[in-house]
Amino acid sequence: MTKKIKNLNLNFGPQHPAAHGVLRLILELDGEVVEKADPHIGLLHRGTEKLIENKTYMQAVPYFDRLDYVAPMNQEHAFALAVEKILDIDVPIRAQFIRVMFCEIGRILSHILNVTTQALDVGALTPSLWGFEERETLMTFYERASGSRLHANYFRAGGVHQDLPAGLEADIAKFCETFPKIINDLENLLTDNRIFKQRNVDIGVVTKEDALDYSFSGVMIRGSGVPWDLRKSQPYDCYDQLEFKIPVGKNGDCYDRYLCRIEEMKESIKIIKQCLSKMEKGPIKTFDGKITPPSKKDIKQSMEALIHHFKLFTEGYRVPKDEIYTAVEAPKGEFGVYLISDGSSKPYKCKIRAPGFSHLQSMDYLIKGHMLADVPAVLGSLDIVFGEVDR
Amino acid sequence: MNNLIDLEKKINSELGTKINSSEIKHNQIYLGIDSEDLIDVVLFVKTNKDTKFRQLIDITVVDYPERSKRFKIVYLFLSHEFNQRMILSYDISENEVISSLTSIFPSANWMEREVFDMYGVSFKDHPDLRRILTDYGFEGHPLRKDFPLTGHTEVRYSEDQKKVVNEPVKLEQNYRNFDYESPWEGTKYIKELTDSNDKKN
Repeated sequence: MTKKIKNLNLNFGPQHPAAHGVLRLILELDGEVVEKADPHIGLLHRGTEKLIENKTYMQAVPYFDRLDYVAPMNQEHAFALAVEKILDIDVPIRAQFIRVMFCEIGRILSHILNVTTQALDVGALTPSLWGFEERETLMTFYERASGSRLHANYFRAGGVHQDLPAGLEADIAKFCETFPKIINDLENLLTDNRIFKQRNVDIGVVTKEDALDYSFSGVMIRGSGVPWDLRKSQPYDCYDQLEFKIPVGKNGDCYDRYLCRIEEMKESIKIIKQCLSKMEKGPIKTFDGKITPPSKKDIKQSMEALIHHFKLFTEGYRVPKDEIYTAVEAPKGEFGVYLISDGSSKPYKCKIRAPGFSHLQSMDYLIKGHMLADVPAVLGSLDIVFGEVDR
Repeated sequence: MNNLIDLEKKINSELGTKINSSEIKHNQIYLGIDSEDLIDVVLFVKTNKDTKFRQLIDITVVDYPERSKRFKIVYLFLSHEFNQRMILSYDISENEVISSLTSIFPSANWMEREVFDMYGVSFKDHPDLRRILTDYGFEGHPLRKDFPLTGHTEVRYSEDQKKVVNEPVKLEQNYRNFDYESPWEGTKYIKELTDSNDKKN
């Protein structure tokens, strides 16, 4: 007697703790083996690109915080660089160091979140408790510089909003001394952990060729053995003055990607240390009065400054007609801004290239033939944040 | 090729008439082509040993409602080997159907779905052309310039019908879009006068 077996369709999410946000995944299962995965995204779509078209360049910056909200300043960086290139302005060296330092803090923020939640998805609770304490410390650094823990709105075209408060540099230096020990602790818990390895080694393998074809970037492409990092290959701001290594994986599985992230955190600490030692007192914004708002003191004394202030915060600065694509190495991969300006004070078009979008797209390719229990492990190693996928 | 100028020359000489315009700006190559030549050009730049644009970074559209060829389709490419970026673009009119890149780059799948969702541009030979970012049952194409910022409908949970309902947008206050263009820069004829003076100097 033959029995007819039908594939089971399983709806995973949108409200599921292992979905890392609002992902609805329609899985077609044959027994416990996944045959097909169809991610439904857009549940967090806010129309960021449309909103930016209707705001001035300065008002557009906060929208970038809300994309990948675990590493806000890295996104702002891409937009600031795009506008700076069109306006053709120089950024003072202190501002460059501050920006790079906060981008690396963002990278650590993002990697801690990813590594520990990935561990959580495969059954380890402790790393997230230890890791989140460090994230909290880092977010207080964000708060002291910009005024808010998450939505910083700190980078500007031409520099940063304000100088670092007194004592912050010393505290960040102190953190750089204590943090490597925490990474060691995390590694002791995870790297040689039998369960963690069983769940991650040889799961979600990406070959070099496929990593290129599926538009992977960041850790996803480096985990597969392609030594590609925009900080090295197309350096922006002061990255060319800093020394750091690019960790590259070998097998392209979830475990290698985890190792890459751990190593990148160590490199980030090195970069932050170098920034702190090379940073000198100086201006933190460009002097161009048509782009940078005047100081409070000037507004009280000079009519010209008052007019500039008024015009900058109503009309905003104008950006000449141009078309540009600028990308930065965000923690999750290549984050790009394709900007078209038309000579007015608002962008004509601002396309945001989010790394998570193309990573999540490959879900079907990555998970085909794996077991249902591997879905959270693969999803965790993709490092998805829905703020940037859905925009 | 590591040199941008050589690379531009190479592409121009190999593809000849298929390239309508080429320009080097901001360390990137900007190419203009015709929509029919898309597949040929992309296959060439992907496979040729001197170009090797192996990665499709993104696909997007720019909307110019006042032009007869309304949409400008933009493709961003990256060559890891030579560390170069290329921006490929062509113009199409509103109802034109364009070829899909999914057979060459699997990652084009979602990018083209997004373009379809946001601008209503259709692709032929696309395996799965559905909306991607907007809600199930959404109407209209949000990133077109004639789509209002506030949208057409708003959703709420209806206690009577016990379900989520779509209703036309009702705003307490209309969206205020102030014109901040400087009134101090003088009327048009003065602007033209100063512009021509600037040119003379």
